Amino acid sequence: MAELIKQTKACTVNPLKMSQPIGGALAFMGMRGAMPLLHGSQGCTSFGLVLFVRHFREAIPLQTTAMSEVATVLGGFENVEQAIVNIANRTKPEIIGICSTGVTETKGDDVHGYLKLIREKHPELDHIALVYVSTPDFKDAFQDGWTKTVTALVEELVEPPLPRSTPNPRKLNVLPGCHLTPGDIDELRDIFEAFGLEPTFLPDLSGSLDGHIPDDFTPTTIGGTGCEEARAMGQAAWTIAIGEQMRSAAEALERKAGVPFRLFDRLTGLAANDALISFLSEISGRPVPRKYKRQRGQLVDAMLDGHFHIGGRKIAIGAEPDLLFAISSFLHEMGAQISAAITTTHSPLLAQTPAAEVLIGDLEDLEQRAKDADLLITHSHGRQAAARLNVPLFRMGIPMFDTLGAGHLLSVGYRGTRDLIFAIGNILMHQGHEPTPETWREYPSTLTTPPQNPLQKELVP
Amino acid sequence: MSSLSKTIQDVFNEPGCGKNQGKSEKEKKKGCTKQLQPGGAAGGCAFDGAKIALQPITDVAHLVHGPIACEGNSWDNRGAASSGPQLYRTGFTTDINETDIVFGGEKHLFKAIKEIIAKYDPPAVFVYQTCVPAMIGDDIDAVCKAAAEKFGKPVVPINSPGFVGPKNLGNKLAGEALLAHVIGTKEPEYTTPYDINIIGEYNLAGELWQVKPLLDELGIRILSCISGDARYDEVAWSHRAKAAMMVCSKAMINVARKMEERYNIPFFEGSFYGIGDMSDSLREIARLLIEKGADPELMDRTEAVIAREEARAWERIEPYKQRLTGKKVLLITGGVKSWSVVAALQEAGMEIAGTSVKKSTREDKEKIKELMGQDAHMFDDLTPREMYRMLKTAEADIMLSGGRSQFVALKAAMPWLDINQERHYAYAGYHGMVDLVREIDRTISNPMWEQVRLAPPWADNDANWQSRAMAEEPEPVEAEPDLSPEQAEAARRARPVCVCNAVSVGMIEDAVHAGCTERDAVTAATRAASKCMGCGPLVDQIIEDMLSNDGSILQAAE
Repeated sequence: MAELIKQTKACTVNPLKMSQPIGGALAFMGMRGAMPLLHGSQGCTSFGLVLFVRHFREAIPLQTTAMSEVATVLGGFENVEQAIVNIANRTKPEIIGICSTGVTETKGDDVHGYLKLIREKHPELDHIALVYVSTPDFKDAFQDGWTKTVTALVEELVEPPLPRSTPNPRKLNVLPGCHLTPGDIDELRDIFEAFGLEPTFLPDLSGSLDGHIPDDFTPTTIGGTGCEEARAMGQAAWTIAIGEQMRSAAEALERKAGVPFRLFDRLTGLAANDALISFLSEISGRPVPRKYKRQRGQLVDAMLDGHFHIGGRKIAIGAEPDLLFAISSFLHEMGAQISAAITTTHSPLLAQTPAAEVLIGDLEDLEQRAKDADLLITHSHGRQAAARLNVPLFRMGIPMFDTLGAGHLLSVGYRGTRDLIFAIGNILMHQGHEPTPETWREYPSTLTTPPQNPLQKELVP
Repeated sequence: MSSLSKTIQDVFNEPGCGKNQGKSEKEKKKGCTKQLQPGGAAGGCAFDGAKIALQPITDVAHLVHGPIACEGNSWDNRGAASSGPQLYRTGFTTDINETDIVFGGEKHLFKAIKEIIAKYDPPAVFVYQTCVPAMIGDDIDAVCKAAAEKFGKPVVPINSPGFVGPKNLGNKLAGEALLAHVIGTKEPEYTTPYDINIIGEYNLAGELWQVKPLLDELGIRILSCISGDARYDEVAWSHRAKAAMMVCSKAMINVARKMEERYNIPFFEGSFYGIGDMSDSLREIARLLIEKGADPELMDRTEAVIAREEARAWERIEPYKQRLTGKKVLLITGGVKSWSVVAALQEAGMEIAGTSVKKSTREDKEKIKELMGQDAHMFDDLTPREMYRMLKTAEADIMLSGGRSQFVALKAAMPWLDINQERHYAYAGYHGMVDLVREIDRTISNPMWEQVRLAPPWADNDANWQSRAMAEEPEPVEAEPDLSPEQAEAARRARPVCVCNAVSVGMIEDAVHAGCTERDAVTAATRAASKCMGCGPLVDQIIEDMLSNDGSILQAAE
């Protein structure tokens, strides 16, 4: 449907995109007892750290190999080794997740080789999982870093089931894309458990970044999926992947442990959730719980009420591919017109986006294409454009640094879709301009030609 | 030696920096920061520092030459305010890709500059170097020079890639770039004997505007502020000022000193934080201007303004002072802020439970000692658990720090206030001090704290981390020698319970032996738990332990 265009200008203005390594780091943050480690100069880490702290309003575990100019030239083996030893001593992690950056990729550090040497040299670290992902800054985007990291976690951790063992029909693997919030994951867990299933999320941000008060003070992540649980994922009967970005991880899991998967390209919208609920009913052999029958009714009613305000409106969206696809498809179903669609990186889904064109570009491109839009949907950096255009902004995606509860914004399930209709519909409803006598005056009129000189008639002869 | 490493050596060789002068030749070469530790480092890089220092120049296009991480992850995240142009908040980056890495990014950069000038027509473009193009050898100086000639506009290279060092170094390298390419390149329309530069003030949350009205009133003109709410031209003609004030400690000392050397602009180091500091700064500005030929009556007018403003500020603080006197503050910050804020808080009657001196120079530490006494509680680094313990045992009632450590306080359900660069409130000048005190009062007095500290009815009180942190003894400062039982008992009895009124364990035990079996009675006898009330639970605990261990006390009391 949509034509895919790649921006060709030399200068990116007001970036929509964020870098790959911090997408990878965020995925590691969904593991319990994790310390993500960026192999680069310390600024690479500090920018990501500040970004996540402001978005989630939580303490963020994130470390750096602190590459200096000299270390960069000579190679970073010692920095990686020291960083791992220091982190192991100080924070006692279950897993250290290492992402490379532009600096160390330009040099060409062989981190896989380094890790092998470190394993040989430090048997005392055997109990700590070390997972490495190559994520150069100068390639791809945030979502790609997440994808590669989850795939690496599957490949490094998941163990194939024992021969002649039958898969556990109650166990379900879930691979959520980075467009799902901790609140979304919680919602999905409730849904899966209502069918008697025991889901393992890889990764699980709802345990670590949902903003709870922990029982203990720990420098690593304060929750998430443990390495043990991840290793046991091979015993599950099914894998559910959410978002096209999770296809490679789901395929890896199938390859490694023979677990079949079903990929849902989105879980926002009525039909998409009908598909999920019937699939769950099928694999669990249980009827749909009353709760979800009621929620479905509520969603249908919300769609009926909301379409008056969303239908026909022009909406401009800037988001990473899977979020863009989910939100634009759902708004399209509500009758909205996607007047601009900007994204950060390639995805096979982009062609199916219900817009005339999808542009891989920046917020300047969005601003130029959103001049006549009724609503702007993008992350918090859209605020300047929204103010200049005098168009309201609905914040979605990362970062949302000027919003409370960014981690709890819900967009999946019947209930999440319903709430999203209310949130977006309300903004559009409140925007309503009061008419003035001048609102509909236009010359030349489209209906009648105005008098040549309107005052002439009033003259008394 | 490349020009960048020469500049860095030059910056480290700062004669204006007292700390640096005390070092040997070899130490100087190492630079002014501790070596970064892999796996244990936190903080920004040199690029971050350079960007922070220059981004407040509001009408300039700030173009970052590098991969998306450097700008995409961090743009528009500082609260430097502008009274006009908003271009500085626009994020410009070349977002280089693999092809650039292989073939070089110079042409890409040149094209980006061209696009910016065509679309936004700024008075100047600042180009920031980052690690990756520095590694592949992109010569941004040459590109900037070519672009400046071609487009007839200043295009300024800022050579401060992240891996050369920490944020502080980046501040200085940014200053070097201004000295080399901007300052002294334009002339103001006119000058007056009352023209000053303010160096190292970034106008965060509009703080400069808390000070500027007073300078306006005195007829003192800020010819150039480097770099808060600045315009490119103002910085370019800043060499015509008569005197300068350097605000943010050592961050831009090289700019202040070299401008004194080159253009004979004397400077002093001052602070706008705190009533006394603010008054001192106004006096210093007046003194330097008079020295350089301004009418000496300026000092009389300055004193009149100071007297009026101080009286007004005290009057406004008074209502809070009653509530805040005796409240204890734990201060986790760096450099100059540690002493300038100490003075400010003492003015409001608060006590300082401790202050971090991680980034402070020896002079900073001396100043803290001057303010807080010789036994000032200074520490290099506090672990989160130590911070927590200090808050919990009421050694502190509130923590003031940057955003990084906020969650230690918040997760411990203790008041916290942001005083670092990401904050949204302005705390400068006389107004700012009143605002800071008001914010502290608003935070401490919030009834929400009592609510969030309530344990849930089903809680197991011994198992949570709060009580475990409490059970942990603070790390002993020195290894204690083996004590005889008598000495150990004496030491145990001497341990302070009530810090406010210096009441020890022994004094409380004696009171209980004398028949005080309720906290009120102990308070009446010893004055423990009568001021901040923080040690109340500790007093209760002692009473309870003694009563349950020794039934005779209760009988004696009856």
